[in-house]
Parts: sequence; C-alpha cells; structure tokens
Amino acid sequence: MSESKSRRGKTFILLAFMVTFGSSGDVMLSQGMKKLGELQSWAPGSAIAYFARAFESGTIWLGISLLMLFLVSYMLVLSWADFSYVSPASAIGYGVVALMGYFLLGEHVPTTRWIGVGLICLGVFVVGGTHPSTNESQ
Amino acid sequence: MTPRNALFVGIIVVAGQLGDICLSLAMKTVGEVKRFTPLAVLRFLGSAIRVKWLWIGIGLMAVAFFSFLALLSWANVSLVVPATAASYAVGALGAQFLLGEHVNRRRWIGVIIVCVGVALVCV
Repeated sequence: MSESKSRRGKTFILLAFMVTFGSSGDVMLSQGMKKLGELQSWAPGSAIAYFARAFESGTIWLGISLLMLFLVSYMLVLSWADFSYVSPASAIGYGVVALMGYFLLGEHVPTTRWIGVGLICLGVFVVGGTHPSTNESQ
Repeated sequence: MTPRNALFVGIIVVAGQLGDICLSLAMKTVGEVKRFTPLAVLRFLGSAIRVKWLWIGIGLMAVAFFSFLALLSWANVSLVVPATAASYAVGALGAQFLLGEHVNRRRWIGVIIVCVGVALVCV
C-alpha cells in the first residue's frame, strides 16, 4: 500500500510540474510569436527565415526552456505511469492556460469556452480517480 | 474554426499523439525512476537517449511543435491550446491499441468528458 501511495504521490507532483512548466511555456511562446507577426508564405526560404527570426527572440527561448522542463517531467512520469492516465490528467493545464490568456495576455474568453474548460477539469478529476499504472493495480 | 485552423489542429493532434506514444514506449523501456536526485535524473535521461523510440517520438513532436508555433502566430492561445485537447481521445485509443494499456470504463468516461469540454471550447 505504501508503494502504491508513494507512486500516486510522485505522479501528482510531476503532473503539477508538467502543468506549471507547460502552461507558462505556451503563454511565453504565444507572446513571442505574436510579436513576430503572422507567417506570410510557406515557401521554404521564407519559412526558414521566419523560424530563424523566431529563435532570436528571448521570449521564445524562455518559452522553449520552460517546455524543456515540461518534457523532462513528462518523461519521468511516463517511466511508471500509463500514457492514458498522464495525458488526460495533465489537461488541467488547459484551464490554467485559459486563465493566463485572460489575465496576463488580456485575451477575450467567452462563457462557452469557460464551460468547456470546466468540463475538461471535471474529466481530469474522473481520470484522476483511476490508478496511474494499470500494470501495478492488476 | 476556419479550415486553415482545423488543418493545423489536425496535424498537431495526430503528430503530437503519435510522438507521445513513442515517448511513452521509450520511457517504459528505460524503466521506472525511483530516485530524483540530479544525478539519478541525468542517468535516466542518458539511458533514454539510447532508445530509438525516443527519437522517433521527438521527430513527430517537432512536426507538431512547428505547426503549433505557426498556428499561434495568427490565432489566440486561449483557442489554440484548448482546441488541441482533442488529442485526449486519440491518445487514449493509441494507448489501448498501440501500447496495450488497460483503459477502464472510468478512464474512458473521463476522456469523453474532456472531449465534450473540447467541443464546447471550439464552438
């Protein structure tokens, strides 16, 4: 039982890291890409030049660094937990991103989208009630 | 949602989920991390980079990532990020059929609720 509790505990901690790093990384990337402006043409030359300019932005590098930390947390948790558990459980991050988009970037978030975010959180709660690793629970 | 946004969301979902499934396969190959000291984590990452599924997964995730960057340049983050949550249904199917995970009824119900939430977000 203590093994099972400890596994659940470390799963929740790493999920919290994933949500924090993933959400703030997405918001940083969004800010960086908005500053850069829209990609005008998919011709190889202009697309490469566009992404090269993206990599000159400090905001985009901060976003990428946060997403790297997200990736390491994700890799660690996947070493024991089911993908079908980790993936929906981390959806709680969508609520966090909507809040950050609203409060930090001043984006308009309509009521239906808030209801959707609420349902996503409910779904995460339901998935969170299952065991993180089906191999262990069987 | 415009056809262009829908196309990019589709690419992000499929490439991203296949990438994640490859990553999950690689991490299960390496084995469970029991200690979280910096050295233990570095050792774990060192073992992980020798697994071919990790690189296939990263390649697929890179496709999803660049499509995501492009989409963010013209669409709002509070639309783009929730819209890609359609990944959960695709991911659960992939976990069951490609990774052989036991996705029980409660977990499926949770995934379906997440998908309804996604449908509302995309209205």
